[in-house]
Amino acid sequence: MSEMTGAKIVIEALKDQGVDTVFGYPGGAVLPIYDELFQQNEIRHILVRHEQGATHAAEGYARSTGKPGVVLVTSGPGATNAVTGMTDALMDSIPMIVLSGQVPTFMIGNDAFQEADTIGITRPCSKHNWLVKDTADLAATIHQAFHVATSGRPGPVLVDIPKDVQFASAKYTPKAKAHKGHYNPQVKGDIDAITQAVIALEKAKRPIIYSGGGVINSGTGASQLLRELVASTNFPITSTLMGLGAYPASGENWLGMLGMHGTYEANNAMHDCDFMLCVGARFDDRITGRTDAFSPNSYKVHIDIDPSSINKIIRVDTAIIGDIGHVLEDILKVWKSRGRKTNSVAVKDWLAEIEGWRNVDCLKYRNSDSIIKPQYALQRLEALTKNHDRYITTEVGQHQMWAAQFLGFEDPNRFMTSGGLGTMGYGLPASVGVQIAHPDALVINVAGDASFLMNMQEMGTAVQYKAPVKQFIMNNERLGMVRQWQQLLHGERYSSTWSEALPDFVKLAEAFGAKGIRVDNPSDLDDAILEMIDHDGPVIMDCLIEKHENCFPMIPSGKAHNEMLMGDDSTEGAIDSSGSVMV
Amino acid sequence: MNALHIQKGSSRKSAYDLKNPLDEMLETHTLTILVDNEAGVLARVIGLFSGRGYNIDSLTVAETDAEGHKSRITIVTTGTPAVIEQIKAQLGLIIPVYEVNDLTVEGPSVEREMALLKVAGSGDKRVEAMRLADIFRVNVVDSTLESFVFEITGTPEKIDAFTDLMRPLGLTDIARTGVAAMARGLG
Repeated sequence: MSEMTGAKIVIEALKDQGVDTVFGYPGGAVLPIYDELFQQNEIRHILVRHEQGATHAAEGYARSTGKPGVVLVTSGPGATNAVTGMTDALMDSIPMIVLSGQVPTFMIGNDAFQEADTIGITRPCSKHNWLVKDTADLAATIHQAFHVATSGRPGPVLVDIPKDVQFASAKYTPKAKAHKGHYNPQVKGDIDAITQAVIALEKAKRPIIYSGGGVINSGTGASQLLRELVASTNFPITSTLMGLGAYPASGENWLGMLGMHGTYEANNAMHDCDFMLCVGARFDDRITGRTDAFSPNSYKVHIDIDPSSINKIIRVDTAIIGDIGHVLEDILKVWKSRGRKTNSVAVKDWLAEIEGWRNVDCLKYRNSDSIIKPQYALQRLEALTKNHDRYITTEVGQHQMWAAQFLGFEDPNRFMTSGGLGTMGYGLPASVGVQIAHPDALVINVAGDASFLMNMQEMGTAVQYKAPVKQFIMNNERLGMVRQWQQLLHGERYSSTWSEALPDFVKLAEAFGAKGIRVDNPSDLDDAILEMIDHDGPVIMDCLIEKHENCFPMIPSGKAHNEMLMGDDSTEGAIDSSGSVMV
Repeated sequence: MNALHIQKGSSRKSAYDLKNPLDEMLETHTLTILVDNEAGVLARVIGLFSGRGYNIDSLTVAETDAEGHKSRITIVTTGTPAVIEQIKAQLGLIIPVYEVNDLTVEGPSVEREMALLKVAGSGDKRVEAMRLADIFRVNVVDSTLESFVFEITGTPEKIDAFTDLMRPLGLTDIARTGVAAMARGLG
């Protein structure tokens, strides 16, 4: 095969990997690659307005399709702007390949224009990264990058490509011939551990399944197997924020989300269970609350593809390292071959006890005729959009938790949110990435006024590519979640949590060439939502809501699952000094 | 350059002493890590320790297989049993890492360290330093009329003991390699 330039090799390698979309922003150090992009039609380049937007758009694309997201940025500021999105993808296990330009190899270390130590800066926020110094290694490195990003626990990787490496020529190494290295994580679970888990499952009187984002990362087959397991055992199931949709919200055994803002029934069931099957979740502090009081009397089984997740925060009785899909398949196989046993009588009593907790109706709130309550806004959004081919993204804060509580997710890959890192500004670019991947779907970003402003420049991207994303801003003119914490543990001293000098969102929409809608009365809400859905183009919906509504239920930090605060509880002194040091 | 105050990496006290040592029972483990000898691999390993607040008591690294481009990193670390488990699991996630061995739990092993000690003095002290060096089977690798440079190889404890003896005899400088370790027998 004849030689080609490094820039051309990049394009060939991306095509070889089946990439159809790249999110990026050009600059001096990636000009040769942009020149090659210009001269082909197979890969679509989406020009974002800021590199952080490119990374979140790639995350939205990846999470809604199951394919890796690809980002192309220039050296220096291009790469440093990608750092937040890479860290976000690392925390939430999103496969992402970032290609960054670098100053030519002979200038590295000279503090050249737009030079940064990209490899050094992104080392702790990537699964792995590579600096390619020789064009002959470029294709194989890109293929290895895709392999690392997508196998095992997925995550972001970065390939740093100096400009002279893009100009120089070498032979192209096709994907099939590229050496993948020794990285090959275990996908099949240990059969002894699986049998041990099944024996515990059979005896369980008060079981619970606690699932997470790993189920979604494992593919739609894993969600199907999870549903089969729940249906055939009749066990109750709860999920983390990242796992919503793996089991349908309309399912009979669904308890709602667990954790800090999870439901009363899910958290109490976690606390009182005698058998916990953790499927692709990682006992994050937002889930466990006080770890020494976490589910004190249960036999715990943890399935995770990442060995370092095992016993990191909570010690478990049986650990199964492997891919969720493979492990669930084997669990079902072993369980069936042993005669499909469960302690069904005890489980029925347990479900009745859970029903009692459910009847507390922990998500109830006082509605109003004059002010739109955020919970009501989401209930109406749910009612009016649930029959659509719908994808939801969120920003970070109160609105995010309300979205998790009040929207129902029936399928995996339908809910994109920043869970681990909690990145305000994630939702708008993520919604653009989702819409690019699913042009005909209804894509809604449930946003807060403050989060929306963090990456609002991406409205330009939405308008340019005719991505009809709906920005549903629940505007309380506050940094609502921070304000809630100030109310609960800083004596109602609302330090810097008022969104002073907010833009007029309707005019902002119009300035971008999008449609703007404002609604402030509950009786107009349905019409406004329908108008938003019906508009063939991007919309910013400014939904003015109750300004001081708090998000409940809430496990105050430093407390256990059975010490939840409910909406009508007194919040005075709810968080003690040991809890207030935690975030 | 007073040897008496040089602590980092040369003693059981860590360069990254971020955890309260009274939290739980601490254990010291010797880990050997086989890695691809590629640019930045050491930064990945020590970045993991600093980023997650683990201790490094001693660190040794050199290429051990030039043809296969492999290096062996030996790290002595201190932590609770749970932290030690976490360290091993996290090391295993680093892409250029081939294997992580915990010599402290995987059966008997040998540990050796080398140190250079400069001892200055004259008269009785100089004679005494030389006599002790003989007892410890220490090599003299440099000598002037006012000083010796001793080369000592052994367990970290042996080096500690010799260092303590040299202090009153005019120890002015010390350089230690950190621990290299290997399992005994064919294991």
